[in-house]
Amino acid sequence: MFEIAVIGAGPGGLSAAARCAELDVDHVLLESSPKIANTIQKYQKGKHVMAEPGILPLRSPIEFDAGKRETILGNWETGIKTVGVNIQYGAEVKAISGSQGNFVISLMNGEEVLARHVILGIGLQGNPRQMGVPGEQSEVVQYTLDDPGEYKDESIAIIGAGDAAIENAIALAANNKVYIVNRKDEFARAKEGNLNLIMAAIDAGTIECYYDSSPAGVEELEGGDFPANLQLKTATGDAIVPLHRIIARLGAIPPRKLVESFGIEFPSEDQNAIPALTSQYESNVTGIYVIGALGGYPLIKQAMNQGYEVVEYILGHDVKPADNDLLAAKFNGLPYEVEVDGVLALMQERIPVFADVNALQFRELMLDSNVSMPAKGDVIFKQHDYTNTFFTILEGTVEIEVNPTLRITANAGSFFGEMSLMSGRRRSASVYAGPQCIVIETPRRSMIKLISSVAAVKRVLDETFIVRTIQQKFAPDTPIEELQPIAARAKMHQFQPKEVIFKEGDEADTLHFIRNGSVTVSIEIDGRDVVMSYVPANTPIGEMALLGNTTRSATVKAAVKTETISLDKESFSLLLERSAGLKERLQAMVKDRHEQNVALQSNSESSDLMSFLMGQGLGEATDVLLIDENICVGCDLCESACAATHDGTSRLNRKAGPTFAHIHVPTSCRHCEDPSCMKDCPPDAIQRGGLGGEVFIGDNCIGCGNCERNCPYGVIQMAYKTEAPSSYWSWMLFGLGQKPGRGKAAVVGESSFKQAVKCDMCKDQSGGPSCVRACPTGAAMRLSPEDFVDLVNVVR
Amino acid sequence: MHISFLNHANGRYFWVAIALVGASIVAYLLQEPHQTPNGGTWLGYTLGTMGALLILWLIYLGRRKRNFAAGWGTVRGWVSAHVYLGTSLLVVATLHTGFQFGINVHTLAYVLMCVVIVSGLFGVWAYRTYPEARNELKRSQTLDDIFLQLEDIDGQLKRDVNALAADIRGVVSSAIDRTEIGGGMYAQLAGVDSSKVMIDGNVYPNTDQVRVVAWLVERLSLAEGSETGKLSAVVRSYGARQKLLQVIRTDIRFQALQEAWLYLHVPLSIALLAALLTHIVSVFIYW
Ligand SMILES: Cc1cc2nc3c(=O)[nH]c(=O)nc-3n(C[C@H](O)[C@H](O)[C@H](O)COP(=O)(O)OP(=O)(O)OC[C@H]3O[C@@H](n4cnc5c(N)ncnc54)[C@H](O)[C@@H]3O)c2cc1C
Ligand code: HEM
Ligand code: HEM
Ligand code: SF4
Ligand code: SF4
Repeated sequence: MFEIAVIGAGPGGLSAAARCAELDVDHVLLESSPKIANTIQKYQKGKHVMAEPGILPLRSPIEFDAGKRETILGNWETGIKTVGVNIQYGAEVKAISGSQGNFVISLMNGEEVLARHVILGIGLQGNPRQMGVPGEQSEVVQYTLDDPGEYKDESIAIIGAGDAAIENAIALAANNKVYIVNRKDEFARAKEGNLNLIMAAIDAGTIECYYDSSPAGVEELEGGDFPANLQLKTATGDAIVPLHRIIARLGAIPPRKLVESFGIEFPSEDQNAIPALTSQYESNVTGIYVIGALGGYPLIKQAMNQGYEVVEYILGHDVKPADNDLLAAKFNGLPYEVEVDGVLALMQERIPVFADVNALQFRELMLDSNVSMPAKGDVIFKQHDYTNTFFTILEGTVEIEVNPTLRITANAGSFFGEMSLMSGRRRSASVYAGPQCIVIETPRRSMIKLISSVAAVKRVLDETFIVRTIQQKFAPDTPIEELQPIAARAKMHQFQPKEVIFKEGDEADTLHFIRNGSVTVSIEIDGRDVVMSYVPANTPIGEMALLGNTTRSATVKAAVKTETISLDKESFSLLLERSAGLKERLQAMVKDRHEQNVALQSNSESSDLMSFLMGQGLGEATDVLLIDENICVGCDLCESACAATHDGTSRLNRKAGPTFAHIHVPTSCRHCEDPSCMKDCPPDAIQRGGLGGEVFIGDNCIGCGNCERNCPYGVIQMAYKTEAPSSYWSWMLFGLGQKPGRGKAAVVGESSFKQAVKCDMCKDQSGGPSCVRACPTGAAMRLSPEDFVDLVNVVR
Repeated sequence: MHISFLNHANGRYFWVAIALVGASIVAYLLQEPHQTPNGGTWLGYTLGTMGALLILWLIYLGRRKRNFAAGWGTVRGWVSAHVYLGTSLLVVATLHTGFQFGINVHTLAYVLMCVVIVSGLFGVWAYRTYPEARNELKRSQTLDDIFLQLEDIDGQLKRDVNALAADIRGVVSSAIDRTEIGGGMYAQLAGVDSSKVMIDGNVYPNTDQVRVVAWLVERLSLAEGSETGKLSAVVRSYGARQKLLQVIRTDIRFQALQEAWLYLHVPLSIALLAALLTHIVSVFIYW
């Protein structure tokens, strides 16, 4: 019986096992792959590994600092040997039973391991899905491909039809005979670009495809030219392919199921949910501890620190987490005479939204947050700022100025800034500090994570959002208390893209307020839906018919995933009664809309264009690059300008992307309201900010590629930094060097590695977007969706 | 939005150019009557200097448009000014000469300037015409898209003729292999099509694929049995291929036309610069 069994030899597990060894605790480290740290082994060769977050100190018996992948792996291998870690390779855990003091860990190979405590550090990568046929353990079968250049003149079969399979097949086909085995009769799961590549390669005969086929077995051969035969079941019978190598790219099995089978609970169905843990990393199963990426800490250094700490906790030692000093520094200057833990407890006690958050999560939240003590009258944020952090008041008060006549005082314990947090749009009010106030500012990403895992937080935010919205938009002079009953009757709705919110001709009984997302307004002309306008978040819709007491004059559909708050007729009349001037203001708005509609209605081409733009997902954009093909001369100065001002890689691809009539949507970032790329970035390197609200990637990107995969519009690339070459005059007069803005120059610096790059709206260029400014004819333009109505109208 | 270089800033530079031209004409007409208009008068010097500075600045556009980090102005604005002020040179410089032309380096500079300006005017027309024509021609697809379709059809045809008689296979695949696209500058501008096809061992010109289509149609009339259906499918695909090739070729020609004037505009600008320097130096020497 081991005192501690550590599962998974990633950075977290290695560090935990090494700490056990250092303290002479009887332990075992179980690793499924034949080497340590499988996740890091799979990084691209020579990758520069970053040691983010820079300010966090490392606490582990084994070394780790930013550097080459190979060096780090080497250090870890010697590290665990020196301290004497007891590691078992090829030990994939498939089940855990028993309880604290008596866990039984069963391995794939049939063995059982007994331990009193279990530390789970299996990361999030999951295990590659195996072929599941006889012979799959053969030497010739592999599940990853590091460097396609390694193989020449071989016959290789790729099993699978996803992007990874296609990318491998294309890369290998350059120097090898490649077969691809596809279970279906088409490549349905592949990205557009990969689909084109593989179809072209199959047509050209450079890759041979077995459609409707699946592997039936692998048979090793003695002597002869080929080391193995792959047996296939195809639609037309069995086939045998002699090969040198088989690469199965069948995806990974996410570890959640496995972890749940151990009895560990996740708080929600949300894909990104992480198991609930105590501040000592213990899960709901007493004696099983969860660390590293699986526990929601997606960086190497964090995982290693936790590995160290968790062993200390199991042994009952009272250690402070490695981040203690960071928090202490953050809280420095606060008027409290207690330690970090005391301050944290006090915060949770005083601020009701955070009351239900578990201690570990709250600590993490505060690490991401900033605590400040602004002087009375200081601006906390201004109306129309493009920030979206969330604020809570720990002490004192703040003044919220919705408009010059309406100032609301918010007290200690309450929060503000949730409107922009939710809608992803500009600030709707200005906020000034009151006397003796202390505020906590939490980044959007951390809040979203919290909302998706703690239901209570979501509920409180939703309720407040509703009543504040009603006050701000409809009844600015009415005190919150009077609005509470109206708010209580309001409902929240969620709509999928293209879902109808209400239909032309329906009886008008509710008013919707768009909380996030956006909608299109269309009417039926000659049996066709003609889109008339686009309405962004933070605006009411459907008030026209309610005011006139008539039926709906148009159909409203969600352009993207959209959330609305609805008020029924009675509540609306109540509002009209209570708020002087509301009726007049709404009538003015209705008039404006009528005018807009008339302008569009006369023209069905512009309506088609609008539908096309929405179809491209531009409803969730805040700023998008469009090209007028009628005046674009194809000089590519936009791309050159982008590359020249952004480390040599253009962040836009002019030719790619669809065109309707003459409006072309090149592949380039649209700066979405609710950016998918931001959702899963380990070092939180993707930020939103600045005057234009641009989404940009910081230098602390570790190059994991998550955002590239998560962006639905394919605008993020992984690229080396290069220096823009050549001087203009030597090129122009003597033809020396490369055309400015074209061609790649040497990679900058030794430790350079591929990082994620995307359009940052030229936030560092004094004159604004270079692509637009470099366009000689005026074909390139950057617009926000509110301008689409003008665009489609001007375009004849 | 949707503002081209011609209406940049509501045509600001158009009005600047009009003012410049107007002022030059008025000054020219008010010139002291007993002086022969000529580059050597006070007004002549003023107009000449203005012209020379304008030319230097016009040439500087080549630099500005590639100076991507420049924080001032947009290239669209620069081009707008370039086009209007460049055209105004036609008046400014002509008045400078006082209409005294001869066979000399001075007149050479003047002529070069005129050619550059005329080519520029053609350029403006080309920029306003061809992109739209090309976009319509390709029905909002890119040239790459169309090449991909062509590749698809070629692959399809090659597979389809495999099941047909050897003569058909030979003719169709030779027509595909000997299809020429693009070519030199002249071929592109004039839309020359030097595609060939091999029929019965002889190579024939196959401009616009006419020859092979004619052959296929004739062959189809001789076909019998199951061959007829397959061959008529091939004929149909070949028709589609012919259309795609027409689109590709026209697009390439339009693109060449859209860009060709720059091959005159830019080198002659440099020649103009040299002639102008000579002119200025020589008038100071012979003065
Ligand atoms: C491309 C890429 C680049 C990255 N770059 C950086 C960087 O530069 N800096 C940085 O700080 N972070 C980086 N990260 C993130 C970092 O890799 C992870 O945060 C870190 O590896 C998490 O460590 P872990 O110990 O929790 O899990 P992992 O490192 O994932 O280790 C889990 C281990 O458990 C094993 N295992 C899994 N299942 C079982 C089982 N059932 N039984 C037994 N063993 C099992 C696996 O084989 C693996 O060895 C990057 C990630 C990626 C994908
Ligand atoms: C700094 C600028 C310039 C100066 C100082 C200048 C000077 C002069 C002078 C002194 C003359 C009179 C020569 C004579 O009477 O023999 C002249 C004539 C002329 N200039 Fe210029 N000039 C300038 C720019 C230009 C430009 C930009 C052009 C046109 C491209 C131009 C074209 C001519 C022509 C065609 C004549 C008439 C030649 C002739 O009299 O035979 N000059 N210039
Ligand atoms: C003597 C006068 C002129 C000179 C010396 C001159 C010179 C130049 C130069 C050096 C360029 C840069 C080309 C490149 O680097 O790609 C250019 C571009 C251009 N010029 Fe002129 N030019 C003159 C007059 C004109 C006039 C009168 C017009 C139009 C009415 C014109 C229209 C253009 C256009 C449309 C471009 C292309 C801009 C682009 O694509 O970026 N030019 N010219
Ligand atoms: S690759 Fe993308 S997700 Fe990963 S660290 Fe860099 S910016 Fe973040
Ligand atoms: S705004 Fe700047 S970063 Fe974005 S595409 Fe244009 S040039 Fe590139």
